[in-house]
Amino acid sequence: MNSVPTQTETEEREMIEAIEAMLPRFAKHRSALIPILQAVQQEHGYLSGGAMERVAEYLEISPSEVYGVATFYNQFRFHPPGRHQIKVCLGTACHVAGGDIILENFERKLGIRAGETTPDREYSVERVACVGCCALAPVAIVDGTVLGHMQPSRVEGLFVQFQVEREREEREKAEREPGGEQDA
Amino acid sequence: MIRITVDGKEIQTEQGKTILQACLENGIYIPNLCFLETREQPRASCRLCFVETSDAERPVTACTETVRDGLDVRTNTEAVRRLQRTAFKLIMSAHHCTPKTCPVAKPCQLMRIARHIQVGLNPRPLETLERDVQEEVDLTFFTYYPFRCVMCGKCVDVCRDRNERNPLTFAKRGFDTVVTFFGSGASNLPCDDCGACVAVCPTGALIPKPPPSES
Repeated sequence: MNSVPTQTETEEREMIEAIEAMLPRFAKHRSALIPILQAVQQEHGYLSGGAMERVAEYLEISPSEVYGVATFYNQFRFHPPGRHQIKVCLGTACHVAGGDIILENFERKLGIRAGETTPDREYSVERVACVGCCALAPVAIVDGTVLGHMQPSRVEGLFVQFQVEREREEREKAEREPGGEQDA
Repeated sequence: MIRITVDGKEIQTEQGKTILQACLENGIYIPNLCFLETREQPRASCRLCFVETSDAERPVTACTETVRDGLDVRTNTEAVRRLQRTAFKLIMSAHHCTPKTCPVAKPCQLMRIARHIQVGLNPRPLETLERDVQEEVDLTFFTYYPFRCVMCGKCVDVCRDRNERNPLTFAKRGFDTVVTFFGSGASNLPCDDCGACVAVCPTGALIPKPPPSES
């Protein structure tokens, strides 16, 4: 938690303020816990530690209990989604075709585990159940694009592509900025 | 007062007690790991306290069945032992037994159970379960060793009984389940003078930290 950049502190404060405003919609009863957590995640993309503590305070239950419930369910995320979202299918067909190897490739390449986000917020990796195109197994979904017949070499290729894209963006930005000043 | 017969021996007990309570109070040992006297609803998760009764066709868990006058209980039939041995082997497949470095006073509860049901401490013929969890987890007031934890839940339950806002909880699920704390107020937890969770742990998964002044 300490390694998270300070940028997230303001973000977290804003998130808690937003949650504060939303909470009165829900009954002050423990049965409202999961609906509240779902609403928080829908709005903010993930559940931060502070958010869970605030929810616990509202429902008058222990933060540990909120954490225990939230971590039990696969649907809850505890890391902000990255700029590039990578989902690796581990449904039956993909599992048989080596989906776990593809996931491991992503994990090793980025130095994070499934469900986490890189510290620079560029990439997040998730494991998902069947995405419905088993004939293409093993499947990964990168920023909404389905990539079938994944191979470790294609994982490498993907990052080269991202790198090229980022460099191009930076170049364009650099070209644009001085140009804009001249016009003004 | 009601009378029940356990393995041919008659014992007296009170209405409302469970078979397990009645037996333990009368010096008859039935293997158990998750039984906690103060628990209203038994977790019945260790699956070790099976007995056969005159009431039921199949073995039942002694911690969930209340006594009834004239009940005939058998604690050592072949059907009971088979269930207990399987349950124990499953527990041992996840509990990595390291007697040489284990700080629990021996014989520990697991050793006692193993001797009682006449099996070894290894999980054979079952495989050893390799869980993807940390070796040691620092929980501020004590250290948690996931590989020794048998998920009996006693620590979580005593914590809930003792402290209104229970700090201890299970997190995650399945093979990833761990016992943990959550929250930023960890430094003002009531743990300093409680220690109930450490005391109740049957497997040495929670070990108190030596006070910092000693070192």
